[in-house]
Amino acid sequence: MTLFLSLLLNGLSLGALYALIALGFSVIFKASEVVSFMHGSLLLFGAYTTARLAADLPFGVAVLLGIGLTAGVGLLVERLLINRLRGSSVISLAILTIGVDIILVTELTRRIGSDILNMPAPWGGDVIRIGDVGITTNRAYAMLVAAVLIALFFAAFRFSDWGVAMRANAEDGETAALMGIKPGRVSALAWVVGAGLAAVAGLFLVGSPTPGVAPGIQAVALRAFPAAILGGLDSTGGALVGGLIIGLAESFASGYQDQILFLGRGFGDVVPYVVMILVLLVRPSGLFGTRELTRV
Amino acid sequence: MLEVEDLRVTYGGAVEALRGVTLAVPDGKVVAVLGSNGAGKTTLLRAVSSVLRLHRGRVESGSVTFDGKSLLGKDPSQVVDLGLVQVPEGRRIFSRLTVEENLRAGGMGARDKSAKKAAQQRVYDLFPVLAERRTGRAGLLSGGEQQMLAIGRALMAAPKVLLLDEPSLGLAPRIIGQIGEIIHEINRQGTSVLLVEQNATMALEVADLAYVLDVGEVSLQGDAKELAATDEVQKLYLGHGSDADEVHAVVSTGKTLSRWTA
Repeated sequence: MTLFLSLLLNGLSLGALYALIALGFSVIFKASEVVSFMHGSLLLFGAYTTARLAADLPFGVAVLLGIGLTAGVGLLVERLLINRLRGSSVISLAILTIGVDIILVTELTRRIGSDILNMPAPWGGDVIRIGDVGITTNRAYAMLVAAVLIALFFAAFRFSDWGVAMRANAEDGETAALMGIKPGRVSALAWVVGAGLAAVAGLFLVGSPTPGVAPGIQAVALRAFPAAILGGLDSTGGALVGGLIIGLAESFASGYQDQILFLGRGFGDVVPYVVMILVLLVRPSGLFGTRELTRV
Repeated sequence: MLEVEDLRVTYGGAVEALRGVTLAVPDGKVVAVLGSNGAGKTTLLRAVSSVLRLHRGRVESGSVTFDGKSLLGKDPSQVVDLGLVQVPEGRRIFSRLTVEENLRAGGMGARDKSAKKAAQQRVYDLFPVLAERRTGRAGLLSGGEQQMLAIGRALMAAPKVLLLDEPSLGLAPRIIGQIGEIIHEINRQGTSVLLVEQNATMALEVADLAYVLDVGEVSLQGDAKELAATDEVQKLYLGHGSDADEVHAVVSTGKTLSRWTA
């Protein structure tokens, strides 16, 4: 039972981080019809810059700067590349993001080199214990911060002008333009938000129990991809649910590794994709993907 | 005043949709543009709203100006800021948004909060049914209500010129009558209207001036009431006149093939 609760807690925390990344995917897809494969490198960029800056600056300042810089990279990519290629096919834009991803990751890998770059968070590797159930302080904060950000995001998406513009634009871009909504602004903001969320997730993903900033963290970000897909790529609610499902599935599959040994070791790494495929078999457009609601 | 001069538009560089169209919408007037499918009515509105690009269309020559300022090459949002707002064909409401959110989407350009409030109040006064259903999903409104929402959404930007693309499309005759009255009322409150229609009866009733588009060219123009009285318009668009009787006579005598074999 203790194991179960511990896995549940850790799974939720991991899932919340995946949800943050998946929300970014989803919001970028909605606003600019780009499947962003460069989320992994944005995440790595955020974690790397924060860790480097924190060497000379107070941790809080470094975190804010790191998130800001990552959002800036998102904005730059949108303005310089995506915005100019508006109207190109979804495939070419997706491949474009793969290209940017490779460039960013290669450069960051070179810079990190053989260093072991730790995120100098003040809470370090502490563990919080609730009875017998333990969770690292890092992951506990991750859950808290993710919950707040997700709530803020949904409130903005639902109630702010930006949210209304975003949803109107996603539903019918031409009509939104006819109403005076600027598609470029909607898309730029989405990239800023998407990149910023990825940076926040990156901060926590490189903290305890993960050992420091390493290029491999980018592969972790890719697991948010099945999360977004299984929730329905164009659904923000789906991204949240998908993230939690993937986080929990991964946590349980790793934790109960011995019981499911017949599937082989390291099954936890595969499980997000297995879950995604199973969901897509039943619901091809994801759990909350677009279902038409029209009255003729 | 909105002025279109000698406008030529092509799609994909090949199909010529407008071939030198000249027309004007004087301030405070309702101007109707009639024409059958493919006459270029929607293209005309796309050119004014600057969304031709989204349809691979291009202005080859001519000009579109509003109060002397050229609208060509502007962003669609800049056209809206200048005061020209379009209600697209087929309503195109945001069906997954609520009624209220649709209206908000229409008023996005306005900065001033009180102006937004006033615009919304005006829309709710014009269309009480929208106020009743403000929190409901727009996709669940009836066709007529959706058309009202589409018009209301455009009014949120407090336009000087309202561009209406076939507001009568797919609506019951009684509702079409209502739409006509609403257009009249909007115009009375000081907004010019460019009304593109296939339903000539309604359009000529509310319009001051009218143009007839025929395969990309203006074939007739003039005072709406006078135009309604001409033979051509009677025959082609209002569905009565001597020609219709003739066709009927031919059918009833069983000589349907004579037209083809002659």
